[in-house]
Amino acid sequence: MKKKMNGYLMAGLIITGVLLLMTLIGAFYTPYDPTVMSAREKFNAPSFAHLFGTDNFGRDIFSRVLKGSGTTVFIALSTVVIGAVIGTAVGAVTGYFGGFIDEVLMRMNDALTAFPSILLALVVISILGPGSRFNLILALGIVFIPGFARVTRTAFASLRDRNYVESARLMGASSARIMLIHMLPNIFSVLFPALTIGFNNAVLAEASMSFLGIGVTPPDASLGYMLSEAQGMIVAAPWYAISTGLMIILLVFGAGLIGEGLQRSGNSTEL
Amino acid sequence: MKKRILAGLLALGMTVLALNGCAKKPAAETTAASAETSAAPAANAASESVAPTAASSAGQKTGRAASNEIAVGIAQDLDESLDPHLTVAAGTREVMFNVFEGLVKPDPDGNLIPAVAADVAVSDDGLVYTFTLREGVKFHNGDPVTMEDVIWSIRRNADDSEGEALVPALTSISDITSEDNKLLITLSEPNNEFLSYLTLAILPADYDKQDTAPVGTGPFRFVSRKAQDSIVLERFDDYWGEPAGVDRVTYKISENAEGLILGLQSGALDVVSHMTSTQIVQLKESEFNVEEGTMNLVQALYLNNAEKPFDDVRVRQALCYAVDKQGVIDMAFDGYGVPLGSSMYPAFGKYFDESLTDYYTVDISKAKALLAEAGYPNGFEMTITVPSNYQPHMDTAQVIAEQLKSIGVKATIQPVEWASWLSDVYSGRKYQSTLVGVDASEMTASAMLKRFVSTAGNNFVNYSSADYDALYEKALACADDAEQTLIFREMEKNLTENAANVYIQDMADLVVVRKGLEGLTFYPLYVLDVSRLHWAE
Amino acid sequence: MLRGSSRQYAADVVPEAYCYMRSTVRRVLMLLATMIIVSFLTYAAFELISGDPAEAMLGTQATPARIAALRRELGLDAPFPVRYIRWLLGFFSGDLGVSYSYKQPVGELIAPKLEVTLCLCLLSFVIITLISIPLGVLSYQQVVGRFGWIHTTLNQLLMAVPAFFTGILISWGFGIVLRAFTPGDFPDLHMDPAGAFRHLLFAAVCIAIPRTAMTVRMMRSTVISEMEKDYVQTAISRGNDRQGVLLGHVLKNSLVPAVTFLAQTMAEIVAGGIVVEQVFGIPGLGRLLVASISNRDYPVVQAIVVILAFWVVLAGLAADLINQCIDPRLRLGGGS
Repeated sequence: MKKKMNGYLMAGLIITGVLLLMTLIGAFYTPYDPTVMSAREKFNAPSFAHLFGTDNFGRDIFSRVLKGSGTTVFIALSTVVIGAVIGTAVGAVTGYFGGFIDEVLMRMNDALTAFPSILLALVVISILGPGSRFNLILALGIVFIPGFARVTRTAFASLRDRNYVESARLMGASSARIMLIHMLPNIFSVLFPALTIGFNNAVLAEASMSFLGIGVTPPDASLGYMLSEAQGMIVAAPWYAISTGLMIILLVFGAGLIGEGLQRSGNSTEL
Repeated sequence: MKKRILAGLLALGMTVLALNGCAKKPAAETTAASAETSAAPAANAASESVAPTAASSAGQKTGRAASNEIAVGIAQDLDESLDPHLTVAAGTREVMFNVFEGLVKPDPDGNLIPAVAADVAVSDDGLVYTFTLREGVKFHNGDPVTMEDVIWSIRRNADDSEGEALVPALTSISDITSEDNKLLITLSEPNNEFLSYLTLAILPADYDKQDTAPVGTGPFRFVSRKAQDSIVLERFDDYWGEPAGVDRVTYKISENAEGLILGLQSGALDVVSHMTSTQIVQLKESEFNVEEGTMNLVQALYLNNAEKPFDDVRVRQALCYAVDKQGVIDMAFDGYGVPLGSSMYPAFGKYFDESLTDYYTVDISKAKALLAEAGYPNGFEMTITVPSNYQPHMDTAQVIAEQLKSIGVKATIQPVEWASWLSDVYSGRKYQSTLVGVDASEMTASAMLKRFVSTAGNNFVNYSSADYDALYEKALACADDAEQTLIFREMEKNLTENAANVYIQDMADLVVVRKGLEGLTFYPLYVLDVSRLHWAE
Repeated sequence: MLRGSSRQYAADVVPEAYCYMRSTVRRVLMLLATMIIVSFLTYAAFELISGDPAEAMLGTQATPARIAALRRELGLDAPFPVRYIRWLLGFFSGDLGVSYSYKQPVGELIAPKLEVTLCLCLLSFVIITLISIPLGVLSYQQVVGRFGWIHTTLNQLLMAVPAFFTGILISWGFGIVLRAFTPGDFPDLHMDPAGAFRHLLFAAVCIAIPRTAMTVRMMRSTVISEMEKDYVQTAISRGNDRQGVLLGHVLKNSLVPAVTFLAQTMAEIVAGGIVVEQVFGIPGLGRLLVASISNRDYPVVQAIVVILAFWVVLAGLAADLINQCIDPRLRLGGGS
């Protein structure tokens, strides 16, 4: 049983590892320059020369997918970092201290969760102004704060009255120190699966926003933006949409498996 | 201030029409069918479409042909007031052209022909215009057009009591009087372009729902608008002139370009204008004809001449040497389009100076040398602002960004919505460079050239040349037409030499029409006259 | 959120009906509070960015005189709280202001779109519910078995499929190749309900695929953890039929979290709808929202954002009320 549990983790790590390695290599080397155009090579079907074919400007789609994944992964990771750091901080404070701040912040949290994630991101982006990568990261980061806050708050609240926390307090450790040194390592089991889920959601959210035309803008390519381009060429170059879409699916799938594996190995009562 | 940019608005009084009625095929497809088309006789300009008959007649009648309806695909929602006097977007005018008429209206050759007026007479001194109202013209709500309606419509556009008038040129009217069915308009000074302003729509004076339920006198009446979905027009049976060829026109709005392709392919649409060649190669030749006109505009990378580094003429020239116009046209437009070298396009005839097109030929080393001289030996970074709802401009910007890499210039594209473009770029002049098409509001050389006078209110590129300003003064004062033409051409040359902008092309207007539908007519304006469309017997 | 707080509510010894009423009233009050916070946040946010609506409405025709006149007409000279309350009262009486772009009352503009979007959301909700609940329970058996990993993997894979990607493929496959419907040509909901339904069905399936996978997964793990509870183990060890226990007790107890989860799913369906409407060219609230954000048509954006948020909050309330019917203990507030 134990072996199978880690099977998901292994598979997920392998898929994600390969993809991340590819995007990492793609940041420095791609078979073709992803923006170089060629009038003679428009809409070429996949071949050995162009693994995923070419688009309306004769650009190599494989190279574009590599670069695009890089953009998407970068945005997703930055988003998760913002969401996790601020969310955990909020969760720690509210969970540890409880009381009035807890009540107020959690009410705010409730109100924010009434907005579907994309809706909230749309609102934030329309306040910050669309069309900038930085604003997109900020908007999505803000959207992910409530989720992390909720998860970590519960964890911190449950640890608050543990003996070792109590003894640390008696020994005169400051609240910040207790939260950071004593409690934080103990909530990693909750935080890690939340991070993978967050990464998944961030990839999908980035893709959705760019697909709607309010995320990443050309000549930057992200998977979502490329998919919206590809939709316009679905008849002439179906390989464009398919390869881009599969890349998104694999990214999310890999992280999903990691999350599954972590959850199972971290929680013995669950299968 | 009226904003008439992007793919063109009113352009009147012109007689030359650069278009080609022959159904051209996209270069990518060379099949037996296209050989057949090119063998077909080229129709004379602005005439009906050439449909290869073998393919078109059999079984192409859709349900709409039977019920005498058509569906037109448009890329822009009519998301503004439908009151023709307040309309800003070219896309709205393109549709509402079929609903409204003025005292006079343009014909396909660019001449003005009488509409609500039956006849126009101009006094010898050019100061008094006498219009005879046509008998029996009715509004779509059934009311007859009265002298009161006509005068109200003109006064509304000439009123400058609360800032600038809707049509500033009309403020030269000193008096409007009427006798029986005659309308007399007196000007304070002669203006031989005055008549073109009276294409302004005649509206009922006592009607206050023009914003959302417009009423005019045109061959079609407005039926409904569903935001982001459709506009429906129906033939107006009491129309004074030639009745429309179809009973009902449904404009389907598809803001994603792919929706238009899908709509054509699935049979939901019959006509779509302003297609790109990339879109067209996705269509089946057996079902559609593709007709090519011109957009009548100057597409260019407009540079903010007051903004670093474009305040340096050498930098601007370097960009001109680095950009390959024909390369842009080949790459993004499959070869459709006329390269340009200054702010003037071929439809202007005598004013257009073809020799300027090749003033800058691609020369990377020269471009680099110029950049080095200007203090940018390693290039620089720049931003191209583009209205995102217009795919051809987006495509062009991407190609240009790629070409500029060859001289070390790193261009990023910033797509903005039309509303933001108007306020930030056009009015606010807060941008570095922008890629759009600029057209003429009337068919006068000033309409193209006046905006580059340093003090002009619509000089959104902040062009500033004392020589240019002096030339314009001279041209205005010049009475002799031939001499004036030379001065205008001199001004164009000034723009080219100083590389005011990186000029690219007059874009091709590719219109896809379902086989069996005839009567597509090009105007030298940004309109689609649906009243002439009809299904073949 | 509503659920959590209601559980903390002390269970007094009072008639059940009274308790039910009291907790319902409390929930409705909480709902109103959430709605007011949501609407206030939205209103304040757009107030912050929208600049002067009068200027925006006049657009290129703006002159100081015209702006001042319009400001008076629109009541913009009033202080912020007054304007907010006016707007909120207007919202509940159906007066949502006038669109800057279309010059049309916002209510009139969005009413037909609301219908379409609600149909789309409900349709995908029904699909998700009908497939995932039975599948979740059934797959419980499988997952314990040897090939459980296939289920889990397949599940993870389906969860990773973004709705707009399926949308592109479906509109290509069924729209262009098979011509089962016409992408971009959405039939009128009232004139051709069957055609509209078919169109919406394809879109609803796209939204439903990843959400169904998620719900199945959630359902399964609920059943599993329920099966491991003492009362079930005791029942089984006393010789009761495993299947019988599953159907008799476990299922009922698993329904409560399932209903709650499905209510949360409603938020994701709404989000998915925004994107999928774009793919299929469905003239719903999502498409109008995206365009209005770009056009800076803030009255429309405000109205749509608040409506969608209310819709999600209402789904949460509905879930609570349904759960009370399933499990009367929740009425007394004591879950455990």
